[in-house]
Amino acid sequence: MQIYTPKPSQAPTQPLKKEDSFQDIQIQVKNLNFFYGPRLSLKNICIGIPSRCVVALIGPSGCGKSTLIRTFNRMNDLIPGTRMEGEILVEGANIYTKETDVVALRREVGMVFQKSTPFPKTIYENVAYGLRLIGISDKKVLNLIVEKCLRRAALWDEVKDHLNRSALSLSGGQQQRLCIARALAVEPKIILMDEPCSALDPIATSRIEELIDSLKSEYTIVVVTHNMQQAARVSDKTAFIMQGELVEFNTTSIFFTKPSNKVTEDYITGRFG
Amino acid sequence: MKNMIQESFERTRLRREIWNRTMVCILFLCAVCVLFILFDILGHLIVQGISSLNVNFFTRLPRAVGEQGGGMANTIVGTFVLLVLAVCVGVPVGLGSGIYLSEYAHQRFAQTVRFMTDVMNGVPSIVFGIFAYVVCVLPMKTFSAVSGGFALGIMMIPIITRTSEQFMRMVPNQLREAGLALGVPQWRVTVDIVLPSAMGGIMTGIMVALARVAGETAPLLFTAFGNRYFSHSLTEPIAALPLQVFDYAISPFDDWHRQAWAGAIVLITVVFAINLFASFFVARRNKFLSGR
Repeated sequence: MQIYTPKPSQAPTQPLKKEDSFQDIQIQVKNLNFFYGPRLSLKNICIGIPSRCVVALIGPSGCGKSTLIRTFNRMNDLIPGTRMEGEILVEGANIYTKETDVVALRREVGMVFQKSTPFPKTIYENVAYGLRLIGISDKKVLNLIVEKCLRRAALWDEVKDHLNRSALSLSGGQQQRLCIARALAVEPKIILMDEPCSALDPIATSRIEELIDSLKSEYTIVVVTHNMQQAARVSDKTAFIMQGELVEFNTTSIFFTKPSNKVTEDYITGRFG
Repeated sequence: MKNMIQESFERTRLRREIWNRTMVCILFLCAVCVLFILFDILGHLIVQGISSLNVNFFTRLPRAVGEQGGGMANTIVGTFVLLVLAVCVGVPVGLGSGIYLSEYAHQRFAQTVRFMTDVMNGVPSIVFGIFAYVVCVLPMKTFSAVSGGFALGIMMIPIITRTSEQFMRMVPNQLREAGLALGVPQWRVTVDIVLPSAMGGIMTGIMVALARVAGETAPLLFTAFGNRYFSHSLTEPIAALPLQVFDYAISPFDDWHRQAWAGAIVLITVVFAINLFASFFVARRNKFLSGR
């Protein structure tokens, strides 16, 4: 029951001040090195992601931005032959200790993937699945949360009349919003999005972007994108990664207008990459 | 130069066209051959056996030689009992190993097991019969339904292992990651997400395996053994359609021959029904997944 009531201590309605240096850091990455086999693919990354804001990770293909985002919920554990050094603190706790409960971590840190990944279940069950797993089986509660999350993901009006259809019958953009609703259902604090719009048309993309914008009052969102306009549109802060190194991390408006690094400037003006 | 190429092209056109037509004709005849063989078999069965295929055939026990009438009720029931037993042995082990190979095994181990299942697939069915005789019939000191079901069940294992592994591997990795990223434990990802996604293919595999062993005679010769009556216990010898057909077919009596044909019709119908059921199941599942 307590799952879906917003936590009062977090004061989700409080307006966000972007330049507020007091903002608490939700994900703190300290001296992260990441290896695929012998290849060093992230080099000494240090970055602090403030809570309840949207951070965009940009950079050329293969620069390591997806790898970085996947270290935040330990998805890289699944890839054999990978190894990491350094620390990642989520809400102050190191998530790479032996005692870390990965399943619990991934409930805190939700993820949306590049390709929409609806489960082979009905629309309703896709959202309810995460809740059933943690033992919520009261039909009324489930209905309530499913509706709330689908509304939150701006999908409710389109699917409310056929919640029992297969999730695979939805269009690509709808599937992606369903995946977001599914992630919201288990009340994460952080949502990771790995190129959430790269398989979508412009209309679906703008709907997802609106959605990201409306979610940031309650969630911390890290979004990987290829699209610099998108980063400029949706994010509060932008990080530029190149060849495994964090080149620049700054408030988005400053990042795109007065980049402090020559390489960043070259990249965002399209001189390479 | 250009003219020369054009002329040569024109000259060979007729030859090419003739070749083309001939080859397509030959391929077509091959396809017709396949149909012809199946319909020829069916035709023979029906012509020879249809007269014995009546209510008695399905409700009566076999009669003694020379007595007209009688049926194969016990045999038909026996075949179903054996198939259920085979499913009990073959599906858990086959599906379990398929899941392990696809979801948990290291590549090298998986490859070894995959190769072994291929070898197992090629083992003559009589060998499975001998194996079941040694590990089941000898210790129990009796021919039995259990040993027959066991022999058929272990024949199903390699087919089910291969197909279920194959279809589970086809489930995109992203779907597993999506489950794990939602905080789903790995075993629940396997059960709730991967298995249902692959269910159509897995069911087909099980049905194909079932259809294959339904008609097997050799593994039953010295396990189920056959029985002229209903068997009342799984530890008694039990009748089976292929065994009875075999028995009747090599007998010198015309009436038994006709019954053998009728038995073969029933057998082929059972196999056909299993296949039909499988494709129905898969079609329904696909229809749900694609949302009409």
